[in-house]
Amino acid sequence: MVKVLIYPMTSLILSDMVERFGHQPLGSALSIRERIQTPSIESPPLQISPEEPKKGLRYAAVEVPSGVRGRMAILGPQMEEAEAAIIITDADFAFGCMGCARTNELIKYLVRNRHIPTLELRYPRDEEEGKKFVTALREFLASLGGKKS
Amino acid sequence: MKEYRPTHVGTITKYVFVDSPDITPEELALKAYEISQGLMVKETCFGLQVTGKPEEVAKLIRQIREFDPNHIFIKDRGFPPGDPRRCRANLGGARPGFHGHEYEIPLLRYVSYGLEVSPEKSQEPMGVEKRAKLDVQILQRLMESQEP
Repeated sequence: MVKVLIYPMTSLILSDMVERFGHQPLGSALSIRERIQTPSIESPPLQISPEEPKKGLRYAAVEVPSGVRGRMAILGPQMEEAEAAIIITDADFAFGCMGCARTNELIKYLVRNRHIPTLELRYPRDEEEGKKFVTALREFLASLGGKKS
Repeated sequence: MKEYRPTHVGTITKYVFVDSPDITPEELALKAYEISQGLMVKETCFGLQVTGKPEEVAKLIRQIREFDPNHIFIKDRGFPPGDPRRCRANLGGARPGFHGHEYEIPLLRYVSYGLEVSPEKSQEPMGVEKRAKLDVQILQRLMESQEP
């Protein structure tokens, strides 16, 4: 079983497919769960304290907005833990009320720089693309040593 | 500053999404209750949320998937069900995270179709067209054209 970073890190489809084909998906839910299950000082809603942007300095410089650094404190350790990655290139919803375009760019940049096995693809737009999408994921995840399904 | 005392420590929560012509979230919830053995199962409009000890949830999830493997999709959730920081009963409006699901749920039918096709019959894997790098001379022309 290989730890596979998924991008968008909240993706239902990628999370399911990675688990379905026998690997462990690394998404933001795991980091958030770890924080909200740890006793500390109350810092709602995500238990992200002022300490997090300091931890994010490992990934981004001090002049980078604290929002990016705070997000990187959550997502960065997962990125370092990952042994492979799957990136959806046209995930527009990852930028919005809860997302951050600069963090997304930084994550993709850092993943590519790690030179781990990475699959880049886009969301399927019809049934034919659905077949190609699943085939690409199945082959990639099988090449990592997972079970065939 | 206030002390934070977490609830549901040591548990995990999974979302179960049903996009099936053969089984509704209500039917799936009933089946899940029958085999859940004390796990917290919450029915939602799109499927279920299951909360409990990791190994018990994993076992239940495996069984739930078998009801319709190609049309049931599962992902992790950070918060337990009904958490006041996330539940829209307390916040009003859409739950944070809803928009991601709203975007991906219509695509599930394509993924289901891809899963139904056996690997032997499937086609070439999807690739992403690599964008060519910008030519240096074009870049230079662009830069010069911007000069006053």
